[in-house]
Amino acid sequence: MSGSRGFAALLVAALALALCFLTFPVVAIFADAGPADLARSLDDPAALDALRLSLLTSTIAMALVVGVGTPAAWLLATRRFRGRALVVTLVELPLVLPPAVAGIGLLAALGPAGILGGTLADAGVRLVLETAGVVVALTFVSAPFYLRQAQAAFAAVDPSWLEAARTLGAGEPRAFARIAIPAALPGLAAGLALAWGRALGEFGATLVFAGSLRGVTQTTPLAIYERFSTDFTGALALSAVLVAVSGALLLGVKLVAGPEALGRARG
Amino acid sequence: MLAVDAADRLGTLELALDLEVEAGACLALAGPSGAGKSTVVRIVAGLRRPRRGVVRCGDQTWLDTRAGLDLPPERRRCGLVFQDYALFGHLSAWRNVAFGLGHVPREARRERALALLDRFGLAARADARPSDLSGGERQRVALARALARDPAALLLDEPRSALDARTRAASGRELAGALRAAEVPAILVTHDFAEAAWLADEVAVMDAGRIVQRGSASALAASPATAFVADFTGAVVLTGIASPGADGLTLVRLDGGGEAFSTDAASGRVALSVHPWDVSLAAPGAGGGGSARNHLEAEVVSVTEIGSRARIGLAGAQPLSAEVTRTAVRDLALRPGARVAATWKASATRLLRA
Repeated sequence: MSGSRGFAALLVAALALALCFLTFPVVAIFADAGPADLARSLDDPAALDALRLSLLTSTIAMALVVGVGTPAAWLLATRRFRGRALVVTLVELPLVLPPAVAGIGLLAALGPAGILGGTLADAGVRLVLETAGVVVALTFVSAPFYLRQAQAAFAAVDPSWLEAARTLGAGEPRAFARIAIPAALPGLAAGLALAWGRALGEFGATLVFAGSLRGVTQTTPLAIYERFSTDFTGALALSAVLVAVSGALLLGVKLVAGPEALGRARG
Repeated sequence: MLAVDAADRLGTLELALDLEVEAGACLALAGPSGAGKSTVVRIVAGLRRPRRGVVRCGDQTWLDTRAGLDLPPERRRCGLVFQDYALFGHLSAWRNVAFGLGHVPREARRERALALLDRFGLAARADARPSDLSGGERQRVALARALARDPAALLLDEPRSALDARTRAASGRELAGALRAAEVPAILVTHDFAEAAWLADEVAVMDAGRIVQRGSASALAASPATAFVADFTGAVVLTGIASPGADGLTLVRLDGGGEAFSTDAASGRVALSVHPWDVSLAAPGAGGGGSARNHLEAEVVSVTEIGSRARIGLAGAQPLSAEVTRTAVRDLALRPGARVAATWKASATRLLRA
């Protein structure tokens, strides 16, 4: 009896410690950046450019991730084939890649001197020091977050629902669109929120691959870093804005998908 | 007509069967868990491709492995009620039904779905989600949905196993009604012989991937082909009208004449069941002694020996069967044509509201 009570106390203490440690820096940002600082930071056209660019590039990246990732995750969740485990691992590889390495990899593959560099140049596509390059970097680092989560969400859909849909006259495309996606929606939204959060915070791969050109490739994290050395208060204020925007975006995505996506355990 | 001839292998189970069901008839596939009953349904619906097989429905061939023909489930007009109903949790009852109305113009789907739900007394629950429906209501939505596609064959995979005892009887009535009205071949999977006897025209008993015997429920109970069928067919089922009787017992006036008592409370139309091994036989007119309340005179139509016991098929107003020792067969001179009195206790008599 006393042993189990002691264990419960240990669990509560562990959660309290984790919660304090994880939220303290975020709270500190808002505590240190006063309303006047926030207003001043938003007056700065460079900050506004960075915010606009972050929202634009991450939105395009998410459209690509969802558009390609959803059917790909469906395939991985519903088909058994030789080498499937290898494919799943390869798709998740960017998760463990240091962001700077991801940037170098992108340069080696798609940069002017990279493997496909010549082909892209012939086609008139420029990525390095261009906004399109930012989108490529964000897509690369954030896609695995969505793919993983979407695959798990599709795998959790009751297979008898899909069979029922088929016996009711729906081909696989209709069963996918009308049954699998709505049923997996909370999981898909959670994956999108994770991926979007990762994309908004992306720093290393963007810096290495696309550079930090104001208004073109300088996203909010890059702008924060640029200010950090000269204007700590400005960096702090912009950080607060980024946290607020990211938080609102993630909450919005989860709310759209319904209350289940807010982290209630799957029943 | 639905015709299935298939061979398949599931783990250690070798499935091999050949069956036909006429339009308007319902065949119960009965047998213990793991006999391969659900697999048959999945093969017919196109959810499982057997190693070898042919499935024909009416003038359409759905599967012919030799010819390389295997229509996907969506191209077989096959209404399937899943064991756990598989209702779409994110859609309301009427949208679940409307999902099967893909062949109907979009603007007419809601009306058709509501009409189907209304057939099962569920019009008022049309907007409820499956999670807000009771077990019985879910089953009716599943049935309405399976019928939405205007199926050429109806498959029911243990449709009542998810229900509590009270709801099971009511749902049986609905199933029986829907099966009669559908006028298509139907296969009902069940592990309950009494349910098979009650809802289906014919029963095929499956064991270890094969049909071991097929016939009317009373024929199977009266002369089981194997000891397995003898044990499986268990209860004899009689029908009648129940009303309160003396001493707190329920009196059942049996269809076709005769009466029986039960310790179960019930009123109105009932199915009465008794195990053959609870029925004892005596020379006619010898009844009346002992504590047993139920006596029916009948004529022996078959004597089937199974090891040390014998299953005696009896023809009264309704078919009946009894299980006795081989000594009793000799002593009572039981042979087809002999007249006997069948006797059993009211406390061994179960009533099921029909």
